[in-house]
Amino acid sequence: MAVSIPKKLSLDKYGPLIALAALVIASTILYPRFIEIQNLLNILRQVSYTGIIALGMTFVIISGGIDLSVGSMTALAGAFAILTLNAVTQGLATLSPLWLGTLLSILAAAVVSVAVALVAGLMNGFLVTKGRIAPFIVTLGTMAIFRSLTLYIGKAGEFRSVSPAYGDMGMSVILGIPLPVWILFLLAAVLSFVLNRTRFGRYVCAVGSNEKVARYSAINVDKIRLISYVIVGLMVGITAVLISARLNSLSSTNAGKDYEMDAIAAVVIGGTAMTGGKGSIWGSVVGAIILGIINNMLNMLGVSPYLQGLVKGLVIIGAVSIQRGWIPNGRAEK
Amino acid sequence: MAVLVKTEGIAKEFSSVRVLDNISVEIRAGEVFGIIGENGAGKSTFIKILSGLYQPTAGKIWFDGKLAEIKSPADAKKIGISLIPQEFNLVADLCVYENIFLGEELLQKNGFLDIRAMVSRTRELLSELDVSSIDPSARIQDLSVAQKQMVEIAKAIAFDSRFLIMDEPTTMLTSKEVEILFRLIGRLKAHGVTIVYISHKLKEVKRICDRVMVLRDGEFISLEETDNISIDEMARRMVGRELKGIFPEKKPASEEVALSVRNISAGGLLHDISFDLHVGEVLGFAGLIGAGRTELAEAIMGLRRVQSGTVTLHGKPLQLRNPWDAVQAGLSYLSEDRQGSGIITSFDVVKNITLTSLKEYARPFISQRAEAEKSKFYVDRFSIKIPSLSARLEQLSGGNQQKVSLAKSIDTRPKIIIVDEPTRGIDVKTKHDIYVFVRELANTGISVIFISSELEEIIGMCDRVLIMRGGSIVGELPPERLSEEEIMYFATGIKGGY
Repeated sequence: MAVSIPKKLSLDKYGPLIALAALVIASTILYPRFIEIQNLLNILRQVSYTGIIALGMTFVIISGGIDLSVGSMTALAGAFAILTLNAVTQGLATLSPLWLGTLLSILAAAVVSVAVALVAGLMNGFLVTKGRIAPFIVTLGTMAIFRSLTLYIGKAGEFRSVSPAYGDMGMSVILGIPLPVWILFLLAAVLSFVLNRTRFGRYVCAVGSNEKVARYSAINVDKIRLISYVIVGLMVGITAVLISARLNSLSSTNAGKDYEMDAIAAVVIGGTAMTGGKGSIWGSVVGAIILGIINNMLNMLGVSPYLQGLVKGLVIIGAVSIQRGWIPNGRAEK
Repeated sequence: MAVLVKTEGIAKEFSSVRVLDNISVEIRAGEVFGIIGENGAGKSTFIKILSGLYQPTAGKIWFDGKLAEIKSPADAKKIGISLIPQEFNLVADLCVYENIFLGEELLQKNGFLDIRAMVSRTRELLSELDVSSIDPSARIQDLSVAQKQMVEIAKAIAFDSRFLIMDEPTTMLTSKEVEILFRLIGRLKAHGVTIVYISHKLKEVKRICDRVMVLRDGEFISLEETDNISIDEMARRMVGRELKGIFPEKKPASEEVALSVRNISAGGLLHDISFDLHVGEVLGFAGLIGAGRTELAEAIMGLRRVQSGTVTLHGKPLQLRNPWDAVQAGLSYLSEDRQGSGIITSFDVVKNITLTSLKEYARPFISQRAEAEKSKFYVDRFSIKIPSLSARLEQLSGGNQQKVSLAKSIDTRPKIIIVDEPTRGIDVKTKHDIYVFVRELANTGISVIFISSELEEIIGMCDRVLIMRGGSIVGELPPERLSEEEIMYFATGIKGGY
């Protein structure tokens, strides 16, 4: 039948952005100091760690999966980063000039962190695709595994960096903007392009929309899903370096705690459907920033930190229910 | 005869587009009332209004003399109206009796489910329908399409439906199963059930319906006793003009072999299949549903593991490992299951058309302009009716979806294309379009494997026909021996051994 369904409102695309604008205005009115540059940069810095992970999570969720292990994976990769940093720093202590040893040790830490997280992502991907186990179960399992390994290696204590330069890097500000914020926006630009303008990006949407059609369209479904878990791993590896450098140490118990929650929330608030098939990288960035502003506002207004989770939870649930409403003649009818 | 359903001025608009206009009609108790029309004529909208899925923009409905407010399918069910949709509403993981009593479970006095009563009532219903071969405890996903349909019908009559609407009930059935359905309709009619029967198959309508209503572009065209209207006249009224020769002229294929299949066997479903496909040939594959035709297509396309056998394309052996290899080698497949494996309904026209051929547009980044230009080309060539290139496929009619699907299959520039039930559930005009495109493809030297359960189109379209039964090729008919009877002899096993 030539049933013409009303065009989806552009709210679907710009909804998160409109919400962000409304939130900024509300925060400014409630608390004028909110709009000061320093505060805004702080918020951006705070959200960039889980924001980077959310970028990768966007691919996984669009492909129809989920990754609960990102928090533990951050801890594990960060632990290896600091262990490598310390080993290389000590090994190259006699190298001159001094800065060369410092540079090499930081580089080694970054490479190892990313490598560990890539392997972890690959493991998730293999279990999901070749093992034919539901992503929720696989990553619930690896979440426990990665955390347990981190605790064991760190004897449930802290990994302390011996390199002050590493901490300086974590705190560094380039052209007035903190390093992690640069990296978040740079990666978002690249991954947004990957999602919208490459075959891989298109295939991820196809796999998440209808796996069978994707297979019949000669798409290697397993490969696409595997790669999406590897991308999340890559993002986790980068975040692990940034967060361990920021503190110049890493707690085996607390590092990466609730990151999966924040990353998934950012993706969902950003308008990516949990059912897969479509989504937006910049939406996830906006989602992460919305979460950050809410936290900041609650802090400034002196709301008990114990109640902040409640607000966050309500925002996530609200965001999803509004998205449902934005699709007028959508699923409800079938 | 008494009037059971009366509509007055029924109209429906979707975002101010009028898809149904001023339909006033009386449906008599105990008749089989046919509705025909092209896709987009308003048939489905009309029955969706009768069954409570849509609310009319204007108009009234009387049921059994009383003004009926049908706000939901539940309301419709309550007064005795049931719809048997084209896509069945059965829960695949539940078994037959659970589906029949879904939402209306019988309970014991203590509040627990009365499974025994439900199973025995289901058995009764199925034997009333003369399909006792269906086990009430069988899971829906293990049933054939025809059996699922019987379960749908059983579900409707289980709750004393007096008014049964069947939307394209025979599209998925073999001719033998169609006969069973028709006998069943006869019995239901004898019990006083009124049936609305929607179909594109005019022969069936002529045979089974007492009266037939023709709709075109949402408007009422005519209502006539089927005895007083010929099939040609029905078709004329549907399209509003003469339809000259629905099948394009055949052209003899070349002697050169394009695809050569030898001894393919796959897991009990395919046994030692061998055949040759010539350059520019339209080779028909006939057979009953479950004969293994789709499985063979899937095996050739690398979608299904084979135990043995070889496929050579122009003398070059192919590896049947995965669909990617098949597509790269120049094979293409138009799936029988349009929405299940053919197109992504939430993707727009462009993204569907270029999904399999995306490599052509990505060097390495996708050129959206090139994609749009190519899609525009297909939209013009196949006269696909779309609001815009960014329209999602779920907004299109079945016929237009199928044209997009066809565009998708040929955008990989195949040398061989397998079309599987290419005209299922689409109207006469679109069918004709698709026949013409397929023949044009063959004329440009593309070889076509044409799988269909509609004997008329197999005979009208194909240069040569192979008949499958039980996973084997049991017969071959050259053009001069093509007839519906000959094909059925082989398909049912009267001829061809085994």
